[in-house]
Amino acid sequence: MSGFPVLTTILLAPVAAAVIMTFIPREEGKLIKCVAAVGTFVSMALSLYVYFSYDTALGGLQFAEKIPWIKDLGVSWFLAVDGISLPMLLLTNLIGFSAVFASWNVDNRPREFFILLCLLITGVMGTFVAHDLFIFLLFYEVVVIPIYILVIIWGSSKRVSKEYAGMKLTIYLLIGSAFLLVGIIAFFVKSAGILGGPDMSFTALAEAGKQLSAFDQTWLFALMLFGFGSLVSMWPFHSWSPDGYAGAPTAVSMIHAGVLKKIGGYGLVKIALYFLPLGAKFWAPYMAVLGVAGVTYAAFAALAQKDLKYIVGYSSVSHMGYVMLAIGSFNVIGINGAVANMFAHGVMAALFFSTIGFIYEKTHTRWIPDLGGLARQTPRLAVAFMLAALASLGLPGLISFIPEFTIFIAAFKVYGGLAVIGIAGIILTALYALRAGANTLFGPPREDYDHLKDIRGPEMVPLVVLGTALVAGGILPSLLFDMVNSGAVPLMTHVENVLKIGGVM
Amino acid sequence: MQVDLSLIVPEMAMAVLGLTVLILGLIVPKESRHGLGWFTALALLGVMGLVLAGWNNTGSLYGDLYVVDQFSQFFKITFLAAAFLVVLGSMRFVDKHLGGQSEYYSTLLFATLGMMVMASANDFMTMYLGLELMTIAFIILVCFRRTESKSLESGMKYVLLAGMSSAVLLYGLSLVYGITGTVVINEVGQALALRGPLPILMLGVVMLVAGLGFKISAVPFHMWSPDIYEGAPTPVTAFLAVGSKAASFAILIRIFVVGMFGISLNWELLLAILAAVTIIVGNLVAIPQTNIKRMLAYSSIAQAGYILVGLVTASQEGVKGVLFYAFLYVFATVGAFTVASYFYNVTGSDEIRDYAGLAQRSPLMAAVMVVAMLSMAGIPPLAGFVGKFYLFMTIVEDYLWLAFIGLVMSMVSVYYYLRVALVMYRDEPLDGTPIAVSAPVTVTLLVAMAVTLFLGIYPGPVSEVVNTAAHSFFMH
Repeated sequence: MSGFPVLTTILLAPVAAAVIMTFIPREEGKLIKCVAAVGTFVSMALSLYVYFSYDTALGGLQFAEKIPWIKDLGVSWFLAVDGISLPMLLLTNLIGFSAVFASWNVDNRPREFFILLCLLITGVMGTFVAHDLFIFLLFYEVVVIPIYILVIIWGSSKRVSKEYAGMKLTIYLLIGSAFLLVGIIAFFVKSAGILGGPDMSFTALAEAGKQLSAFDQTWLFALMLFGFGSLVSMWPFHSWSPDGYAGAPTAVSMIHAGVLKKIGGYGLVKIALYFLPLGAKFWAPYMAVLGVAGVTYAAFAALAQKDLKYIVGYSSVSHMGYVMLAIGSFNVIGINGAVANMFAHGVMAALFFSTIGFIYEKTHTRWIPDLGGLARQTPRLAVAFMLAALASLGLPGLISFIPEFTIFIAAFKVYGGLAVIGIAGIILTALYALRAGANTLFGPPREDYDHLKDIRGPEMVPLVVLGTALVAGGILPSLLFDMVNSGAVPLMTHVENVLKIGGVM
Repeated sequence: MQVDLSLIVPEMAMAVLGLTVLILGLIVPKESRHGLGWFTALALLGVMGLVLAGWNNTGSLYGDLYVVDQFSQFFKITFLAAAFLVVLGSMRFVDKHLGGQSEYYSTLLFATLGMMVMASANDFMTMYLGLELMTIAFIILVCFRRTESKSLESGMKYVLLAGMSSAVLLYGLSLVYGITGTVVINEVGQALALRGPLPILMLGVVMLVAGLGFKISAVPFHMWSPDIYEGAPTPVTAFLAVGSKAASFAILIRIFVVGMFGISLNWELLLAILAAVTIIVGNLVAIPQTNIKRMLAYSSIAQAGYILVGLVTASQEGVKGVLFYAFLYVFATVGAFTVASYFYNVTGSDEIRDYAGLAQRSPLMAAVMVVAMLSMAGIPPLAGFVGKFYLFMTIVEDYLWLAFIGLVMSMVSVYYYLRVALVMYRDEPLDGTPIAVSAPVTVTLLVAMAVTLFLGIYPGPVSEVVNTAAHSFFMH
């Protein structure tokens, strides 16, 4: 183990940038943006380094750092990555870096904007690298406040006002997290009894979880499912998601849809499922049913939308339905598919939102009937849009094809008919994604938009970074899947061992 | 019997200090009396140093009437810290709106002395003495703005209601005394452990809960606090919300966890219900408030409900949770009230809508307000989150329903806290002139914010101190 605390550095680089920004006079917009870009770039470069130097053959926790933190709660500053958290960390940084450039044209109070954005990115990263439940919780809720302020100041009011959107986003997540907290505190107290002393590290808690009765595991899992489920916009707790994304500024939509809601899926796998296998077993079929309900419901809802952001908002609810279905299928392939799909959807949704952000910035509308023929005037923007749309419908060769395919294999083995309904959702996805693309980009160009300038310079960064990830993940799926698999296999081995013992107890 | 007076050096120092400030007020010419604030603040730091120096010097005096243990030391530090911050934060306010510096600061010192006596009192009489010393000092402070009818009205209300609650408390104490034949709390505990619950004793317990429930403004004994908080000078409100409440918790813990330990099964549910009702009502009624002081009053009612949660199990962990939460509550509350007080100084308004654009007029004040409020709501990485974690850990096994109520309601509280944040951050100020924050207030605000953040991110050291304090409490 090298002595250099690389994960802490990744985590603190944006915070350092935020601190530097507080000392820059507020008029120096360019400089502020550059500092934010450098901060997020350092994190991204380091997390790429960690990603490619992680030893997948060895697996397990790597790059671990552990410092005792709060003795009487058994908390330690324990950061580590494995095959499940590392893709999410990388995703966060890809999107975070792109989000800075997607907001390059923010000129209203830029200093506050980029400080909050950097704090938000740190908060999200923290949940993925924490290997200690308490540290995880610290970061889990810390993101709520920057988001709220970002939405109410820099958001946009269309169908719902930005104040409404911000509050809805916040309250939904907080109420979910209240139940989650009760579950986690109850679980922690029980685990301290089993372990003979408090210990918050994931590994120790998973050992303690083994010995809980099936009844305890079931109700604790239910609380966590509600908490994490409302964050991952599991149907029927999804309604914050389209409204929230529509009200939020571009960067927040990108981060929220791209990675933040993935914390819910990540928590379900890495905490709820890992700690409480018997509870997960009990709730798995319900998760699958809710997942499929989300897939189809949100796809139909997306069909009916005319606002671009609402389409992508509902589409992300629909894609998260696949993740729930995959976790519900309760096998290694399913977990692989769930994590890989979260990564794939994150890249795609972020690219989508950044593109919509640029369209809105240039045309001042997101209303599809008012748009059309943009491919002629802004070809590069059109490329970004179509990449995202095609990835959304799972076109082979782009990143999301293999994860979705994997999910269907996993789910079909277990649920059969239910999986078929889920797969049918793909058709609806193709319908709304292609229709949105056709009506926005193609058809006769409009004279009003002749003066538009295509994206250029810093605006190209999201397209380049996220587009590269989309294509690379599609052509070389092993880049992603070897990694995820090295995390999912030990996790499910642990779960299956517990299930075997659980039959005895 | 040798009386070890070194144990009560801090109390003696406080009494001397209070008188000194009064005398200084007569000597010092009027125009330089604002220096008294600095003098008082520094002297409070000195007394805090005395308490810290005597941290391991524990024992009891006068045949167990007065106990100095780490539990009481910790509370004393809490009170002194609160008094220090309030004095620093109120200097400008006192000079501008109140006048009578020496009377103000010396009354404040005597109120603090009353609290210190309450923390150490181990018999009903001493306890009552401390309580009344504090209450009478507060009555004076509440109506310190002699020319303003609102302040006088609050003072009047406080006299009447505090008198009534004292009567109820005394009646409860006399019932307990009648059954056990002693006023020393240890001995009450021993007597009750043998005797078990009697109907008349339970009547006494209910009266104690009512009398002390008034002091901590637990629902349904909370009616007074919004009115009085609104009418009192804002620095006094801060001290009333923090000090009076924390001191009352100190005696509440001593009476119930030591004195009534033997019959804890009979009052645990009572306190649990009281906590639940307090949390729910405090948070829900705070939502429609438009005046910042009334909103903070209701939110501090809810906070008292959270602290009560730690008492429900009568355990060492619970006491530890109470101590930790009381400590962080001081900094968050003083921070919020100092912002309100300074804002009133500048603009003459307590209405939330006038806070529009505060983030642009004074980023520090807006940031402290948000940090303080979110800490009360229990959002990490602020102190309130860790505090709630400690409190709810103790009840999650036996009173799961209370944990649900507490945590869901604390998320509800985010709603009204964020509305203030919304006004401060989103709206453009009507009057864009920047607010220059004076040096002592800046210190108060920075300390409040730094401690709230530090306790949230790295609570380790304080939690160990609190652990020792809670442990010492269960030693005798």
